[in-house]
Amino acid sequence: MSIKVRYFASLKESIGRSEDNLAFSGAVTVSDVWHSANPNKALPENVLAAVNMDYVELNSAVKDGDEVAFFPPVTGG
Amino acid sequence: MDIKVYPESFDPWQEIQSHQHSAHNMAGKFGATSIFIGTMRDFNEGDEVKGMTLEHYPGMTEKQLEKIVAEAVRQWPVIDALVVHRVGDILPNEPIVLVAVWTSHRGDAFDASRYIMEALKSRAPFWKKELLISQAERWLEKNTDGYS
Repeated sequence: MSIKVRYFASLKESIGRSEDNLAFSGAVTVSDVWHSANPNKALPENVLAAVNMDYVELNSAVKDGDEVAFFPPVTGG
Repeated sequence: MDIKVYPESFDPWQEIQSHQHSAHNMAGKFGATSIFIGTMRDFNEGDEVKGMTLEHYPGMTEKQLEKIVAEAVRQWPVIDALVVHRVGDILPNEPIVLVAVWTSHRGDAFDASRYIMEALKSRAPFWKKELLISQAERWLEKNTDGYS
């Protein structure tokens, strides 16, 4: 299955990319997606995650075609 | 209910006026309008700030704001609501956010608009990067709790 990964704000700058496109086989969680995309970088402690633009927990399952996003705490308003 | 994300500066008073004029169904029905406008300061955390860039997650921003407004409508008898938020490069004294809520009575207008604003601060995917007078740039790390 294919997963699109997106990064925003300071996390995007520290990784140096705004997105990845990954292929997986078998069951995968949001946390697995991070570790596959960033094998040498631990998940930041305060990171927020979304699947298809809804907030999710890091142990949530992802499915084929999902857009997974990682970003720091939001600071709008 | 209306949600807008603008890449250019906007006039919050004009937005409120045109929204109210176009919403014919609420004429005579609302007795209270609560308005919150957030404006960019030229100082933060002891430093002089000369500008800021607001990044957002297009699509998720609108989706989350729609959910937040729907939550407010479930909790209070809201007749209408308007949420406008800037993105892109912003200068001090420019408006960043507008939340306007129309209800029959003032308590619901105050409560619903505060709920929308606090939820926006913690859940709408916007990120501020400040440009200081010293030319240094810094990402804001966290919004403060509006109730503390």
